[in-house]
Amino acid sequence: MASKDTFRRFSRLFSGCACGRHRSHAEHDMAAARPAQDDAARYAGAVETAVVQALFPQAAHRRAFLKAIGGTGIAAALAPFLPLGAVTDAFAQGTGAIEKKDLKIGFIPITCATPIIMAHPLGFYSKHGLNVEVVKTAGWAVVRDKTINKEYDAAHMLSPMPIAISMGLGSNPIPFSVPAIENINGQAITLAMKHKDKRNPKDWKGFKLAIPFDYSMHNYLLRYYLAEHGVDPDADVQLRSVPPPEMVANLRADNIDGFLAPDNICQRAVYDGVGFIHILSKEIWDGHPCCSFTASQEFVTANPNTYAALLRAIIDASAYAQKPENRKGIAEAIAPANYLNAPPVVLEQVLTGTYADGLGNIKKDPDRVSFEPFPYESFAVWILTQMKRWGQVKGEVDYQGIAKKVFLATEAQKVMKEMGLNPPAATSKSFSVMGKPFDPAKPEEYVASFAIKRA
Amino acid sequence: MLPLRLRAALLSVLILVVFLLAWQGATAGFGGGGGGPATGMDPEYAKLMGLTATTGKSAMPSPVEVGRQLWAVLSDPFYDKGPNDKGLGIQLAFSLARVLIGYGIAVAVAIPLGFVIGMSPLMSRALDPFIQVLKPISPLAWMPLALYTIKDSGISAVFVIFICSVWPMLLNTAFGVASVRKEWLNVARTLEVGPLKRAFTIILPAAAPTILTGMRISIGIAWLVIVAAEMLVGGTGIGYFVWNEWNNLSITNVIIAILVIGVMGMMLDQILATVARLVTFPE
Repeated sequence: MASKDTFRRFSRLFSGCACGRHRSHAEHDMAAARPAQDDAARYAGAVETAVVQALFPQAAHRRAFLKAIGGTGIAAALAPFLPLGAVTDAFAQGTGAIEKKDLKIGFIPITCATPIIMAHPLGFYSKHGLNVEVVKTAGWAVVRDKTINKEYDAAHMLSPMPIAISMGLGSNPIPFSVPAIENINGQAITLAMKHKDKRNPKDWKGFKLAIPFDYSMHNYLLRYYLAEHGVDPDADVQLRSVPPPEMVANLRADNIDGFLAPDNICQRAVYDGVGFIHILSKEIWDGHPCCSFTASQEFVTANPNTYAALLRAIIDASAYAQKPENRKGIAEAIAPANYLNAPPVVLEQVLTGTYADGLGNIKKDPDRVSFEPFPYESFAVWILTQMKRWGQVKGEVDYQGIAKKVFLATEAQKVMKEMGLNPPAATSKSFSVMGKPFDPAKPEEYVASFAIKRA
Repeated sequence: MLPLRLRAALLSVLILVVFLLAWQGATAGFGGGGGGPATGMDPEYAKLMGLTATTGKSAMPSPVEVGRQLWAVLSDPFYDKGPNDKGLGIQLAFSLARVLIGYGIAVAVAIPLGFVIGMSPLMSRALDPFIQVLKPISPLAWMPLALYTIKDSGISAVFVIFICSVWPMLLNTAFGVASVRKEWLNVARTLEVGPLKRAFTIILPAAAPTILTGMRISIGIAWLVIVAAEMLVGGTGIGYFVWNEWNNLSITNVIIAILVIGVMGMMLDQILATVARLVTFPE
């Protein structure tokens, strides 16, 4: 949009540097301090700039830092925090020419999107030669429509969404793919404070419970959990689709009794004293996928190198986010209004796993949320079994075929190997949900084995 | 006795002061709705909790807090910290641009079409059912359809403004044109004035006050709609600002946005009111 650019230029007048080519004075100073250099030095410079900017988002701090270390030896000064050498090497190794450098990626402001979001302030996109704008979006349906409309090149979606879109549930069938899972675990069932004595789901009849979207792991996990306790999720309780940001407000207003929602929403309810964490989603299925990094098949085939670079950036960011020692810094980096817009102390509790449960206890669970990007095909098969179980799809389902087409496990294996990471050898794995084993080779039998179902 | 104007102004100030005092009292006096101040909370635990939960502080900010935050927001209205965090001035500019484009298109469509409807009883009757059905539709109902067919969120927002603000203008123009006094039209006919000249020299000036009233209602609607549309589409604009702060449950910033939206809406209305005064004529 032309007007948008005008405004951006306009705003630059107020925040840019003297020469107008840099985003701030500090960047200008850094550029001026660097004379003509060869490519390798330029990469190092770019990485340094990104890192310094990420560590000191405020221009004043950045300037103070640069002054303190004298403008040179940034790498040396930062070495204890980040091995800049290794980062620069990876940056210089491009594979093919990137077709499209400027990308837009949509996200919903929840901690599931951590790798997608933090890759921006911490410079993982620029490290892989991409200029990415991460755009906050109001809801799942809007993310879906904007990605289908090609306003976004790639997006953060709930992992069942690309399956649903590819199958044409709730939209026209458009082939979408999941090259990487964003996070595993990291959700929770949160109930209003007034229900603090009703810890048995059998007492929940008549509850109004919120889920973020119909095609979400939250929907399937909550239904599974309720059904295992003999509560029919369609007849005994009311499930409502509510966008995550509105959940806490609705819980406070007594519109709903609880929700199975992504974090930071659950922790936010605790932080504001409106609710308590009943269980973490990992207590239903430890290692369940939640959100996914998604792009349309069309984008992938038209821009294979861009897509590969993007995937490398996401896998790189996930690996960084997976390390417990980095979690605090990440919470700090994604808290500002440009990203999650949430109190850092809430994000820290979610990411470090040391959290208040809302009932006066401090709980410790370092695996509260994990960032393991590998998109096992069996995840997709399980999602499909639940779509079938609850009547979202009818008739014959080509479980393995759809899973293979949407969840690109082989692709992820390849990229992870190229990056020197250790991907799992198999593209499928079996797991158990609430103690009930799931065999991805026998999906129909699995669906048939449930007592409460709509299929 | 003071003149009426001055008395009214004094009363306005008094109402404001009473309101602010009541607000301050309400937020300072009582704790939050639920829970109340927690005593004997483990300090380690308290560190992980928000003020509402630990001290029973109301989530509702006091007017002083709002004032302080308002000053902070207004003193730096044009900052740009990336695509999702821009100053209030920039957000307002985005919203205004959308409103003016959508409203401009609505004016361009509604006034000529209103003339046609007003001058032809046949068209008036034929189009009436459509207008009556389309008029009361909420902007949010149009949004999914617009997003799906237009495939661009920016244009969708403009379309929604257009489709919601076109009706009052259309109806008022048609009404104004249809109720021009018959004597004037008859005089024009005796003088053998052509239809185009008749429309511009007689009907337009005569119907102008009614048309302006319609335009005034429409700009109010357009400004109402922009907030809803931007909350849904996101990205930029004052509506996005409200949504983003709601996300963070920051009531203070939401109140500031409400204030700014109100003042801006009043200004738009006043501009059209001034224009309306210029075209009014005594009978």
